[in-house]
Amino acid sequence: MTKNEIKSLHEQYLNKLRKEKRIVRFVQMLIFILFFGLWELASQQRWMDPLIFSSPTKIWELFIQKSVDGSLAANIGITVTETILGFLAGTILGTLLAALLWWSPILSKILDPFLVILNAMPKVALGPILIVAIGANMTSIVAMGTLVSVIITTIVVFTSFKEVDPNYTKVLQIFGATRTQSFKEAILPASFPTIISTLKVNVGLSWVGVIVGEFLTSSRGLGYMIIYGFQVFDFTLVFLSLLVIAVFATIMYQLVDLLEKKLIQD
Amino acid sequence: MDFLTIKNLHHTYFTKTSATTALSDITLDVKEGEFISFLGPSGCGKTTLLSIIAGLINPTGGSVLLENQPIKTSQNDIGYMLQQDYLFPWKTIEQNILLGLKINGTLTPEKKENTSYLLKQMGLEHVRSSYPKQLSGGMRQRVALVRTLATEPKLLMLDEPFSALDFQTKLKLEDLVSNTLKNFNKTAILVTHDIGEAIAMSDRIILFSPSPGKVHKTFLVPDELKNLPPFKARNHSVYTELFQTIWKELESLDEK
Repeated sequence: MTKNEIKSLHEQYLNKLRKEKRIVRFVQMLIFILFFGLWELASQQRWMDPLIFSSPTKIWELFIQKSVDGSLAANIGITVTETILGFLAGTILGTLLAALLWWSPILSKILDPFLVILNAMPKVALGPILIVAIGANMTSIVAMGTLVSVIITTIVVFTSFKEVDPNYTKVLQIFGATRTQSFKEAILPASFPTIISTLKVNVGLSWVGVIVGEFLTSSRGLGYMIIYGFQVFDFTLVFLSLLVIAVFATIMYQLVDLLEKKLIQD
Repeated sequence: MDFLTIKNLHHTYFTKTSATTALSDITLDVKEGEFISFLGPSGCGKTTLLSIIAGLINPTGGSVLLENQPIKTSQNDIGYMLQQDYLFPWKTIEQNILLGLKINGTLTPEKKENTSYLLKQMGLEHVRSSYPKQLSGGMRQRVALVRTLATEPKLLMLDEPFSALDFQTKLKLEDLVSNTLKNFNKTAILVTHDIGEAIAMSDRIILFSPSPGKVHKTFLVPDELKNLPPFKARNHSVYTELFQTIWKELESLDEK
């Protein structure tokens, strides 16, 4: 086969890839447009109750109105801050707890059944107790965002600590390394990919915790907008909040994904 | 006085359901500068014995003395090379070879210089800032040797360090390791199941019998082989003779 023939075959292959990508993008756009188009149409033609299901144009108008008066940005700011704090606290606390369990095998044996119970328990059910204990403020919402992610982080990261090839620690022990040194030089860096991937799960979990927390207590934030819209039967407000949450949760997830690719490229 | 003295060593592993004796009544000495091979079928406790000498496991009985002192890992008297290189994939080659010095807090500019020189001698100067995955198996094992030698151990233990390599690389590395250790006048213990490797590299071969691990027989390698590099030793007529003797002895172990 000549060079030119190979080149043209390669060209064909690339064309096939491009074509496939175009089809995927086209269908994705189609689904997006159909979804909002049908929604709008169904609402205007009264196929479904516009009072309950609102419509994209009404949501858009409300979006413009709330953007102009600045209240949307303020609410987004609060919820996103709470989520980031909850997610960072959950990840860091979970990793520290995992380090403690690794440090003391006897402690990990003692705590094992309690971790299982705490993990199985629906953490949002603790909401009312948190509010009574900490107070109806931002701290208890952040605590909620932390609580939903901390136990699962502990369990996942601890498992990855235990699964690090013992020969790495053996190499260090022969050099006379202390347990702290073994942790710092082998256990933690070897588990880094697992820790980063728990970040991705924790982003989602923290959103759950924070929104439920706002349902229960807050007078600000996106979760509050949902519950307020529900109470005054303004479902345009509910849908606006839902769409904004979808957008910001996706952005956060993508950022963590980007971070993961950056940190684990080698 | 001997350099390394092992006396009446005994080790039993315990699990919930069983007690397995891995080593029974091992007594042997190693002189300074000597190269010893531990040869034997799998399950004869060779790796357990190395771990005890390295101070990683406390034996259930008996004693190990290095220059009349009990072994402590914190003193860095012992270097240990594992079957695979176990270079840390997230560290560069330079960080990997300086690991031992960093751990025990003796990373002086002078020692750093020495280690760099070792790397250069191994012909690996150009990979200093590469990561282990960019290197071939043979190169990685050479880096592992530099890492082991960097802390200047008095006794070097090699636990089947060539077993994961292809034959050609293995032969080359045997020559390199043997040559390097002779130059530094290091005492070394090689664990292997390869009779040829044991003969070509060592001064004395200790044959172990399995379950429980015991010293079965000791073979002295004749002087004409000792003074040759491993590759040349493999082609000597005495080599074949000794190979046959040890082979028969191993066969008789199997029949038992």
